[in-house]
Amino acid sequence: MEAAITKDDSVITAYRAHGWTYIRGVSVLGVLAELTGKSSGCAIGKGGSMHMYCKNFYGGNGIVGAQVPLGAGIAFAIKYRGEPNVCITLYGDGAANQGQVFEAFNMAKLWNLPCIFVCENNGYGMGTSADRASACIDYYTRGDYVPGMRVDGMDVLAVREATKFAKDYVLTNGPILLETATYRYHGHSMSDPGTSYRTREEIQQKREKFDPISTFKQKIVTANLVTADEIKKIEAEVRKEVDEAAERAKTDPEIPLKELYNQIYYQPPKDYHVRGCDITIQAPSS
Amino acid sequence: MNLVQSVNNAMDIALASDPSAVLFGEDVAFGGVFRCSVELRDKYGRDRVFNSPLSEQGIVAFGIGLACAGATAIAEIQFADYIFPAFDQITNEAVKFRYRTGNLFDCGKLTIRTPCGAVGHGALYHSQSPEAFFAHLPGLKVVMPRGPNQAKGLLLSCIRDDNPCVFFEPKILYRSAIEEVPTGDYEIPLSKAEIVQEGNDVTLVGWGTQVHVLLEAAKIAQEKLGVSCEVIDLRTILPWDYNTVSESVCKTGRLMISHEAPITMGFASEVAAFVQNECFLNLEAPIERVCGYDTPFPHMYEAFFIPDKWRCLEGIKKLANY
Repeated sequence: MEAAITKDDSVITAYRAHGWTYIRGVSVLGVLAELTGKSSGCAIGKGGSMHMYCKNFYGGNGIVGAQVPLGAGIAFAIKYRGEPNVCITLYGDGAANQGQVFEAFNMAKLWNLPCIFVCENNGYGMGTSADRASACIDYYTRGDYVPGMRVDGMDVLAVREATKFAKDYVLTNGPILLETATYRYHGHSMSDPGTSYRTREEIQQKREKFDPISTFKQKIVTANLVTADEIKKIEAEVRKEVDEAAERAKTDPEIPLKELYNQIYYQPPKDYHVRGCDITIQAPSS
Repeated sequence: MNLVQSVNNAMDIALASDPSAVLFGEDVAFGGVFRCSVELRDKYGRDRVFNSPLSEQGIVAFGIGLACAGATAIAEIQFADYIFPAFDQITNEAVKFRYRTGNLFDCGKLTIRTPCGAVGHGALYHSQSPEAFFAHLPGLKVVMPRGPNQAKGLLLSCIRDDNPCVFFEPKILYRSAIEEVPTGDYEIPLSKAEIVQEGNDVTLVGWGTQVHVLLEAAKIAQEKLGVSCEVIDLRTILPWDYNTVSESVCKTGRLMISHEAPITMGFASEVAAFVQNECFLNLEAPIERVCGYDTPFPHMYEAFFIPDKWRCLEGIKKLANY
C-alpha cells in the first residue's frame, strides 16, 4: 500500500502495527526498541508494541475499532487544509462489528472525506472465526452507501494497484472501503497458541501456498527481474540490520524515571505535581 | 483451585442451578482468553454459552435486554480496559432501569464479569482498574474478590443478586492465587467487608490483589516496627460496608487505603471522605491513601507505578509516627 501513496498521506491502524511503523519511516531500531521500552523507541519507550507512531502515521491503537472514527477525522483535517492527500484507515474483521465503525462510515460519506477504509480480513477475531462473529462476512459491502471492493491481500501487486485506484477515487468521490483478504499465521498474541480454534493444516497450507512474500519472490525470479542470488544478498543484509537493531534494543538505555510523569498534560498548570503511591514524591510534570 | 478454576466452578454451578442462565462474551466458547469458561459450552450447549461479536456496547446492551426479559445474563468483557464503550449502557440503561420504571422492570439478573488490574506486562490497555468509575453509579453493585475462595462465593452472590453487578477479577491472581475451595454451592454476602487480619494500631483497607500487598506490608510493620495492623478487604466496592471500616478506625484511630488505580478520585477518596466525617474525633492522624500515580498506566516503570508493599509500609510508618 505504501508504494501507492506518498509520505504526505496519512495512515492509521490498530494494534498490529509494527510493519506499518517501519514502512512509514521508522527504523528497525525504532520499532524494536519501542517493544523493549528503551529511549531509542519511536515513542521513547512509553507506548510499547501497540503504540508506535511517526509523521503522518497515527499508530498503533489498542482499543479495537476506536481508530476508525479517528481516521475519518484525520481525513477531514486533510480535506479542510485543502491537501491532495488521503487517509488510509485500517481495521480488522473483528473490529468490523464495532458500532463506531459505522458511525465513521456515515460521517465520511456525509462529508465526502478522502478516507480509504481498509478491512483486513484474516478470518479470525482473535479466537472467533469471521463467520461466527459477523452476520455478513462480505466486509466490503458493509459500508452500505460507501462503495467497496474485495482485494486479494496476499498478492502484493494487487494490493498496490487497488490502493492506487482507491486513492484516485477517493480524492474526487469520497470514501471507499477495501476488504483485503489475508491470513494470520500465529496466534493473536503471546497468550494465544492459535490452534485451539483452527487446525495446524490450515495454517500450514496458507503459509505454503499463499504467503505474499514467497509468492512475490517466485514471480519476480521467474520473470527474470532479479536473480536468486540477489535475493539471498537482500535477505542477508536485512537479517544483519535486524540483528543489530535487536541487540541495541536489548541494551540501549531506558528513559529516565521522571518521564513517567511527563506528557500527561500540555502546559500543565504552574506547580502541577503528579501524586501517587510513593508519598514522598510529588512529581513535576511537563 | 486457582482463581480461574473457582470462577469456572461458580459459573458451572450457576448454569446448572438456573436453567435461564446464559454466558456470553468475546471468545468464551473455546474457553475464554483466561480459560474461565472451559468446558461450559460442552456441558450446557451452544445456546447457553456462546461467543458474541467484538462489540462491548453490544454485549452489555444485549445482556441488559436479556436480563430485563427474565433470563440470567452473565456477560464477559474480555479486559476491564475495554469496558468503556459499554459505559453508557451500564450508566444510563442498566443501573437506572428499576428506578425509572418504578419497579415495573429491572435488569437485576445481569452480571458483567471482567478481568482487571496490573499483571506486569499489560501496559496501558491490559492493566487498568476502573472500579472508581463504576462506584459513582447508584443502582449498580461493584465487587472484587481477593482470591479463589472469595471469588466463587461472591460471583454466585452477584449472579443471584437482583441488581446489576460488575464483577472485577484481578487477572494477576488468575493462576497465582491457589486456595482450598469448597466444591459445593455457597454464597458470600455482598456489601460486607471482611477483617482479614485483626490489629490494634492501624487500619488498612484494600480490595482485590492489593489486600495481599497490604498483608505483606502489615507483616513487615509488625516485625520491624511493632505496629499491629488491621487489614480489611472491602470485597464489595459499591455499596460499601462503611460500618466495618468505621468501627475499625474508631478502634485504631489511623487509616490507610490502598489501590492500584490512580489516586485522584480513586475509590480511596470516597472511603477517606466518609471516615473523616464519621470518625473525626477518633482519628489520631490524617488518613493516608497509597495509590497509583495520576498517569495512564505506564508501559515502562510499572514497578514504580503500582503501590507495592514498600510504599504501603512507608504509609503505615507515617501514620504510626504522626
